[in-house]
Amino acid sequence: MTFLLFAEQLLNGLQFGIMLFLMAAGLTLVFGVMGLINLAHGSLYMIGAFAAATVAGLTGSFLLALAASLAAAAVAGAVIEMTVIRRLYKRDHLDQVLATFALILILSEGTRWVFGSFPLYLDVPSYLSGPVTLPGGIQYPLYRLTIIVAGLIVAAGLFALIARTRIGIQIRAGEADREMIAALGVDISKLYTLVFALGAALAGLAGAMVGAIQSVQVGMGEPVLILAFVVIVIGGIGSIKGALVGSLLVGVTDTMGGVLLPRMFGLFMDASAATTVGASLSSMLIYILMAAVLIVRPSGLYGSA
Amino acid sequence: MTLTKLGLMATTAMLMAGTAMAETKVKVGMITTLSGGGAGLGIDARDGFMLALKLSGSDEVEVVIEDDQQKPEVAVQLADKMIQAENVDVLTGIIWSNLAMAVVPSAVAQDKIYLSVNAGPSALAGANCHPNYFNVAWQNDNLHEAAGAYATTTGYGNTFILAPNYPAGTDALTGFKRFYEGELAGEVYTTLGQTDYAAEIAQIRASGADSVFFFLPGGMGISFMKQYADSGVNLPVVGPAFSFDQGILQAVGAAALGVVNTSQWGKDLDNAANTTFVAEFQQEYGRLPSLYASQGYDTANLLLSAIGKADISDKDAFRAALKEADFASTRGDFKFGNNNHPIQDIYVREVIQEGDVFTNKIIGTALEDHVDAYAVDCKM
Repeated sequence: MTFLLFAEQLLNGLQFGIMLFLMAAGLTLVFGVMGLINLAHGSLYMIGAFAAATVAGLTGSFLLALAASLAAAAVAGAVIEMTVIRRLYKRDHLDQVLATFALILILSEGTRWVFGSFPLYLDVPSYLSGPVTLPGGIQYPLYRLTIIVAGLIVAAGLFALIARTRIGIQIRAGEADREMIAALGVDISKLYTLVFALGAALAGLAGAMVGAIQSVQVGMGEPVLILAFVVIVIGGIGSIKGALVGSLLVGVTDTMGGVLLPRMFGLFMDASAATTVGASLSSMLIYILMAAVLIVRPSGLYGSA
Repeated sequence: MTLTKLGLMATTAMLMAGTAMAETKVKVGMITTLSGGGAGLGIDARDGFMLALKLSGSDEVEVVIEDDQQKPEVAVQLADKMIQAENVDVLTGIIWSNLAMAVVPSAVAQDKIYLSVNAGPSALAGANCHPNYFNVAWQNDNLHEAAGAYATTTGYGNTFILAPNYPAGTDALTGFKRFYEGELAGEVYTTLGQTDYAAEIAQIRASGADSVFFFLPGGMGISFMKQYADSGVNLPVVGPAFSFDQGILQAVGAAALGVVNTSQWGKDLDNAANTTFVAEFQQEYGRLPSLYASQGYDTANLLLSAIGKADISDKDAFRAALKEADFASTRGDFKFGNNNHPIQDIYVREVIQEGDVFTNKIIGTALEDHVDAYAVDCKM
């Protein structure tokens, strides 16, 4: 394996991880602060992508499309929280899973009703398309590089928000003891709506950014949702830092595993069998990683036991 | 054809059919994918099927349509319901091979006729072929075999091939390799439903290949093509029609321009049946038809041709009438082989832009009167 291929794959893993982080951050915040398992998080990702594709189609501007994805997902998140989710905080996790699973079905079929069954078009803007040559002669798509940078900026912003602002303090306090901060005069229901909308906006942004290089279609969020759950379990539920580390770990493991394992089996098996075995094993790899992490640290890397 | 003429013809047809046929309406159960990510395919197949019935003006056919949600267990339940409660004579509509494998063997064993609008798993084409099972689309390997033949005649000598890791994916690569004579620069199985192909594209870049063959149906193909176009790897791409079909081309956009793909049908095929089909489909649904729509349309016309010749209550006569395939196919020549799978030409198409619509143009023939590789194992 050449250095160039290795470096490119590492960047791919990093980019995948950053995308997962945008999904996992909202999921872990909502679970950490409200104790809610939100299966419909993937639908918010889809809403972001559809909003972006629609606005890009109407205006031709990618930046406006990104703004629309943030706004649409945040609004959808706030509305969902106020109408449905709010009633679930006191219920047990099974009720939450049932209700949010119903939301997936409603949102998916609703989206199909509005946009039809065929995938929408959303493309990388011309100023971000094509490859760039990085130091060391690595050819890498400019758009993916932009995703990495944008994702890191969002991550830094999120850390600043949690660590340095008043809202951040309330969110952390809400995680620690929700009765107490309610008693201290913080409007807890407004805070919950805000946190939910924030998580939704991040998912929407991820959907829009990924939608430009993948396909914008109904049900696009569910595969990502599963990975995002793996991420927050690895990182420790409720921890933003854990979500970041977990995302990057899952992103790099998944990408590198898919490339390295078939080659490894290729050393002592014939090519066709090696690709089959390698591909099967690499798709299990992140779950093996999750199991390994849970054996060593049962509450995740940064989880509070 | 004007509507009045059509009406007149229908009336005459009804009069000629007389009272004998009037009591034995043929009841068709259509199980297809109408929700979820794969819904576009099922909707097209259904619309093509219903269009043919509408154009024929026939009232001999009653259709019950149900959504299988692309889930095998749902498809099995629906099939049971249709056979036991609805008492259908003919089943059709399934898009996905794994669903077909769950439904078809038991349905044909209960003496129901199954007409496949799309799925053609190898397991149903060879030793386990069945007189009640007719495939109107293709055997799964066919379009990939054609892609292999095209790669060989074009002179590609070092192709990188990839497909999802599931039965139809392995069938695809097997089919391609059966007709491809060059070297393989790499062979990769991706995860089914994978949406990010950065890792595979990096491998293609590093492999020194001179061309790429891929089978990634539906949304997977959209993702791959967009990322491939953006990666700066400029190798020629060959694939089966599934990733370059009318339903998804608009979502891929300019990234697909110039890509060569293989199909048993194209909207520019020059025959009367196809011209009527394309024009009527556009008028009825306001969009261009896809290959799935053409398969649905052909399936309905095959059924109508058999209804015109035999009564459904006489299964042997009805099967024989189906086997004659005496209908005007949108593909031109069409006949069934010994295993009730099509013997047909497979064409090479290129993605072009017409105005602001992306579509396909036929540029050649990859395989003529192609018989699938499993037909020899069928003792029928």
